[in-house]
Amino acid sequence: MRQLFSFTGGVKPASHKIESNRGVVIVAPLPNVLVVPLRQNAGLPSRPLVQAGDKVLKGQTIAGPGGSISVAIHAPTSGTVRGIETHAIPHPSGLLAPCVVIEADGEDRWIDRKPIDPYALPADELRARLRDAGVVGLGGAAFPSFVKTQHGPTQRIDTLIVNGAECEPFITCDDLLMRTQAGQILEGAAVLAHIAGAQRVVVGIEDNKPEAVAAMTAAAGKRSGLPVEVIAVPTRYPAGGEKQLIRVLTGIEVPFGKLPPDYGVQCFNVATAYATARALLHGEPMISRLVTVTGNVERPGNFEVRIGMPIADLVALAGPKADTDRNLMGGPMMGFALPTLDAPVVKATNCILAASKALFPPPGPEMPCIRCGACARACPMDLQPFEMYWFSRAKILGKAQEYHLFDCIECGCCAYVCPSRIPLVDYYRFAKSEIRAREKEKDAADVARLRYEFRLEREERDKQEKAAKLAAKAAETKARLAEAGDADDKKAMIAAAVARTQEQKAEENPSAE
Amino acid sequence: MLEALLVMALGSVILGGALGYASVKFRVEGDPLVEKIDAILPQTQCGQCGFPGCKPYAEAIARGEADINCCPPGGEDGIHKLADLLGREFKPLSGEHGIEKPKSIAVIDEQTCIGCTLCIQACPVDAIVGAAKQMHTVIASQCTGCELCLAPCPVNCIAMVPIPETIDNWKWKYPVFDVRKAA
Amino acid sequence: MASYLFIILGAVLVNNVVFVRVLGLCPFMGVSKKLETATGMGAATTFVLTMACGTSYVIDSWLLVPNHLEYLRTLSFIVTIAAIVQLTELVIQKTSPVLHQVLGIYLPLITTNCAVLGVPLINVGLKHDMIESMLFGFGSAVGFTLALVLFAGIRERLEGADVPVHFRGTAIAMVTTAIMSLAFMGFAGLDKFK
Repeated sequence: MRQLFSFTGGVKPASHKIESNRGVVIVAPLPNVLVVPLRQNAGLPSRPLVQAGDKVLKGQTIAGPGGSISVAIHAPTSGTVRGIETHAIPHPSGLLAPCVVIEADGEDRWIDRKPIDPYALPADELRARLRDAGVVGLGGAAFPSFVKTQHGPTQRIDTLIVNGAECEPFITCDDLLMRTQAGQILEGAAVLAHIAGAQRVVVGIEDNKPEAVAAMTAAAGKRSGLPVEVIAVPTRYPAGGEKQLIRVLTGIEVPFGKLPPDYGVQCFNVATAYATARALLHGEPMISRLVTVTGNVERPGNFEVRIGMPIADLVALAGPKADTDRNLMGGPMMGFALPTLDAPVVKATNCILAASKALFPPPGPEMPCIRCGACARACPMDLQPFEMYWFSRAKILGKAQEYHLFDCIECGCCAYVCPSRIPLVDYYRFAKSEIRAREKEKDAADVARLRYEFRLEREERDKQEKAAKLAAKAAETKARLAEAGDADDKKAMIAAAVARTQEQKAEENPSAE
Repeated sequence: MLEALLVMALGSVILGGALGYASVKFRVEGDPLVEKIDAILPQTQCGQCGFPGCKPYAEAIARGEADINCCPPGGEDGIHKLADLLGREFKPLSGEHGIEKPKSIAVIDEQTCIGCTLCIQACPVDAIVGAAKQMHTVIASQCTGCELCLAPCPVNCIAMVPIPETIDNWKWKYPVFDVRKAA
Repeated sequence: MASYLFIILGAVLVNNVVFVRVLGLCPFMGVSKKLETATGMGAATTFVLTMACGTSYVIDSWLLVPNHLEYLRTLSFIVTIAAIVQLTELVIQKTSPVLHQVLGIYLPLITTNCAVLGVPLINVGLKHDMIESMLFGFGSAVGFTLALVLFAGIRERLEGADVPVHFRGTAIAMVTTAIMSLAFMGFAGLDKFK
């Protein structure tokens, strides 16, 4: 039995898993119109490859990777592209972004699926396939998975951690996936391990999901070859945070400025492993995912949803109650309120949580910080939230950064325990985006400075070149004059020059003659 | 009395001599302060401060000839940083050099452009492309919004367009709910 | 030997140059906005004050007292200290650019630091010998640095605090100084080190 470690801090909110984790996965009906945003992954948005009027098949690539940290996007069903339109996407700003809008033809016809044998192909080829199949981290951040299987010359990956902790309250999509698709998850994890060069796979699951642990253990027992361990970890939010799970399972604390591969581990979500298996072993790109719809609805549950399905349609399937006042994407700790339900389901959508005043009573007014230190005890990253709050609030951003603001995973533990009900995470998000914007501005100013200096240099060079040319010409004329000697020759030269220019003019305008 | 004068005079002469010798012997060239000031300025090279570019303004600040509140594109934020660096008190932007505007970029109305190249010559960061009698256009990502191209254009075909808010440049808002404003 | 320790501890804590003797308040208020600058100023002051105490002792006991010119003490001390500061700056600038980057802009400020004149004058009053003078100067300067660094730490916090409008800036800094001063009064109980 593996020795388990512990991370500091964390909280134990009411888990509310029971509402949605009974029953089976419901396949959501195909909507008539699907809206597929071009920006679905962390990094750069994808580059569209289709135009209005194009016929597409289910699984056909409709957008290619837009940069080195970007993946492809695929048509979720067969139909006709209505166009590339700006449409609401699930983002806290409520701003519109370009999306490929597809009108489904109802036939749901696949492209020619080509399963491959991943163990016969080199790792680079497999990474390219993962990218082209649009596989991103499905735990919430949607970071391109193929990038995570790479490692630098000083790094190595020997333990692949599969994250089935699902620590956030209300969400059960990973739980259901593990119960129903344990074998496929392990197949996918084995492929990821093969690509990354890992020697073993460790699956971490919070112990409040005994059925999932049992299913995964059974599936692991049927496998041979790569050693797979399924470990139940103590239930404590945020055990499913990447760094927290690594710490619990291996005892490794990944420090500031380092990445897990620096310490020989890498972490993938169970749904990511499942998507990898679908993509490589079945040739099916990432076009659907499990989404938990829960909270203030009549029939909470897990739905298999095509990417691009309007969230409003999805919520309607679960029967929203009348007093629902807002809908969160993600869980109650880390999710954000959706400004509009027009937005489609994207790869990062793991949960839609309908909220009401009864379910989440509005917090009382924000009170001043009393420096009790409860937030620091709750912080799973060993940060000092009260310091970061103090400086973020006063907009002294440099100081906030000195307290490792960017190590904050925005898990919300500090705000959860705060007796003064300070929305701490909102302050961190504000400070982070402000710092990022300023850095961008600074970079732009540096580029402008370089370009300006280059321009000055060029102008100076042009001036010198011109001066040199003039000087050379003057010297030449002078020399010729000196050669010519007296005034008569000078006159002759001038006459010759005049004749030359006239000749030139005549050549230029032959029509004038 | 005479003694006192002598002692002080002697002391002054010796110390003065030592200082004079040291200032010649230990002379140091260069002024890193200008670079530091220049790094804070927004590099629009717009000349609104009354100096021909950001570097000359930085030099003027370092020499003490210019005040720190003459840079509208840098805004209050820039003045705060300058005040911090130079250990001076913050003062609000002086109105005579212009006001802080939302960040904009120049856009050429390509229907009206006659291809005179005057704006190309005016652009301090070479962000306008085009050739004589050809249509010109602004490279949006390089434009600093300095407005220097507006004046030379003979047909007024350049407009400053504020940068719209997109998913890329959207920022989380400051979370404080202002009680006084609400009341 | 123990008496030397008492001199230093007494100068640092019991008779802290800022909080108890109320000297050097202009740099204390002026250079305490940031922790880094406060540390730099403290280091520069420590160097200059130790040197100034030694030189002043030499001038006083070798030049002024034998010639019965004690009434020139203040004048000659000022001139000497100003010269030392300038000289130090020039030498450091040339020989150690890094140190100059740290101390650079604070050195000229020290010329006008009344603690640097006050401590040598106190030295004379206490009839310290050469070594005692320098230790006393060093101790006082460490006390000054301690006060400056503590205060800078507090002021960095004050920057983010909800201070009533009319108390912002120097006003709240003065109130804070007063409270810190009260705290340092507690060291008066260390009677031995007086």
